[in-house]
Amino acid sequence: MPVLTNIEAVTRTLQEEMRRDPNIFITGEDVGVRGGVFRATKGLIEEFGDARVVDSPLAELSIVAVGIGAALYGLRPVSEIQFADFIAPAFNQIVNEAARIRYRSNGAWTCPLVMRTPYGGGVSGGLYHSQSIEATYAHIPGLYVVAPSTPRDTVGMLRYALRVDDPVLFLEHKKAYRLIKGDVPDEYYTIPFGKADVKRAGTDLTVIAYGLMMHYALDAAERVARDGISVEVIDPRTLNPLDKETILASVKKTSKALIVYEDNLTLGVGAEIAAIIASDAFEWLDAPVMRVAAPDIPAVPFSQPMQDFFMPNADKIEAAIRKLAAY
Amino acid sequence: MTTTFADSATQTQMQHRALGLSDEHALEMYWNMLLARRLDERMWILHRQHQVAFHISGIGHEAAQVGAAFALKKGHDWAHPYYRDMALVLTLGVTPRELMLALFGKQGEISSGARQMPAHFSHRALNIVTGSSPVATQIPQAAGIAFAIKYKRTDQVVLTCFGEGSTAEGDFHEGLNWASIHKLPVVFLCENNQYAISVPTTKQMAVPNVADRALAYGIPGIIADGNDVLDTYRVVRDAVERARRGEGATLVEAKTYRPVPHSSDDDDRTYRSREEVEEWKRKDPILRMRQYLESVKLLNEAKAQEYDARAKQVVDDAEQFARNAPLPRPEFALENVWGELSKA
Ligand SMILES: Cc1ncc(C[n+]2csc(CCOP(=O)(O)OP(=O)(O)O)c2C)c(N)n1
Repeated sequence: MPVLTNIEAVTRTLQEEMRRDPNIFITGEDVGVRGGVFRATKGLIEEFGDARVVDSPLAELSIVAVGIGAALYGLRPVSEIQFADFIAPAFNQIVNEAARIRYRSNGAWTCPLVMRTPYGGGVSGGLYHSQSIEATYAHIPGLYVVAPSTPRDTVGMLRYALRVDDPVLFLEHKKAYRLIKGDVPDEYYTIPFGKADVKRAGTDLTVIAYGLMMHYALDAAERVARDGISVEVIDPRTLNPLDKETILASVKKTSKALIVYEDNLTLGVGAEIAAIIASDAFEWLDAPVMRVAAPDIPAVPFSQPMQDFFMPNADKIEAAIRKLAAY
Repeated sequence: MTTTFADSATQTQMQHRALGLSDEHALEMYWNMLLARRLDERMWILHRQHQVAFHISGIGHEAAQVGAAFALKKGHDWAHPYYRDMALVLTLGVTPRELMLALFGKQGEISSGARQMPAHFSHRALNIVTGSSPVATQIPQAAGIAFAIKYKRTDQVVLTCFGEGSTAEGDFHEGLNWASIHKLPVVFLCENNQYAISVPTTKQMAVPNVADRALAYGIPGIIADGNDVLDTYRVVRDAVERARRGEGATLVEAKTYRPVPHSSDDDDRTYRSREEVEEWKRKDPILRMRQYLESVKLLNEAKAQEYDARAKQVVDDAEQFARNAPLPRPEFALENVWGELSKA
């Protein structure tokens, strides 16, 4: 069982899958000799050449659109968007095109396109290198939006992404790239979309968190465990479609739910999860559904105190858990 | 006007043979143009009778489209058309019945299962790619298809079509940029009908021709007479051959005109004079091809009438077929959002 960081999990999986399937190619800004600004595609051009690891022009719309065209033809493109903050120029191609191709052609055409992008804050990236964009895209039927938090999940879900026939927005938390290390099983496995994972079992309350926040939630759960509060941590992993069953089963068991996300509070993924719990587990609840999220300001400010103020962290989560446990 | 046509016809005696087209090909071109026109006219009527909700027309574009379609190997090459391309897809093998099913939004509709408005053409088996409504999105996607063709080292070519207004979109620039950087086998065909709904070309761009823009990408930009099916064929065929030889993309501008409103919801009297429209109607591409075929003795009055009668028959049949087809179940709306996920 090798121990990998999240980013090593990405690189290794791309390499292994490109060896398996000659139809996979990668394109994006600086993905070639530079190996990506985060070095996620490091070494791939050396092995696979510039016909399969293709430095794109600085143009997000066409990074996605060329991927769509190639996918329609039958290839398996991986389109890398250098930072999630810069995906907006491709919005129309993702939402109006990729996500609707199956539906609009009544299944005659499919678009097996993987769009990978680093997202999230806590890296002093300021307004435009820190954004959480998942809610905007998780609203769109026909587009998988996934956000694995651990190396094990990254490997299994990226393998899966390269096998499904619908477009996938594959979100990689940039702070978690090197911060998080973990075991990856030796045997070959995939993790199907739409399946949440119980990352920590507990009985007193449920915390639902993904990406970097999942790790902060585990920290907070450890801390309160010393005071006898037993927290279950659920990682949805796939944000669209959500695994309602796993979330509801946990909340029905613990009767209390806290949802953590670093996106703006209003209309974030946590708002949908709260609505699901409210409508389908109301009778089991012993307390109001709570959320810890970023304030409703445009994005993460650069200066450290303001960034810390913006980002949810283990302290903020711990405080919310204690409040909810005492309710 | 008629003298001009007669003169040019004499000059271009047997022009089609010089292009390597048989007499049958030339007549087939005429038939496809005529059939597209008759279908289109019937669709307008059906809309005016409130039988159908929407129609967007390709009238006036038949020469550009049929000429371009003839330059492709049907079912082998790829096409990523736009909403005006009825004559193009018809020539590539989409049937009048299929087109009428789309107009009526009936069950079994081939391109989208009656989910999209009519004129959003798609035909998987014919390599005609599904299109959407936001204009120009097909342009960089066609570059992607061409990228895949080159990746797979086949000898296919992809043709994508759009109006001149669409060339103001960023998608156009990004698509041509990719295609030229990678020398991709794609033909970009602009059907320049001089208006984007009400906005004339001069308000879309500060250069006189769409083809001029090719210079900035380092690819050829060629102007074709979009009202002359043989001229458009010649230019697109050359571009297709260039692409097949691995020499890369071409931007073709077929100069033409839309003598009808933008769509069934448009009133073109608000933005252009009747004189202008009438002048262009005299340059009608079907009339022009007919005069050419008569000048080379491939068509006469009797044969032309035969063609007309046959076209009417085909259109009647397609309309009846679509009328009699059932409507889709409401819950059909829920299908084909996602593919099956493995349970593993
Ligand atoms: C992105 C986008 N903006 C606006 C529209 C509305 N619209 C539909 S067709 C059209 C004009 C297109 O003109 P042109 O590209 O010249 O093609 P033509 O219709 O003249 O053949 C407009 C503005 C659209 N479909 N897509």
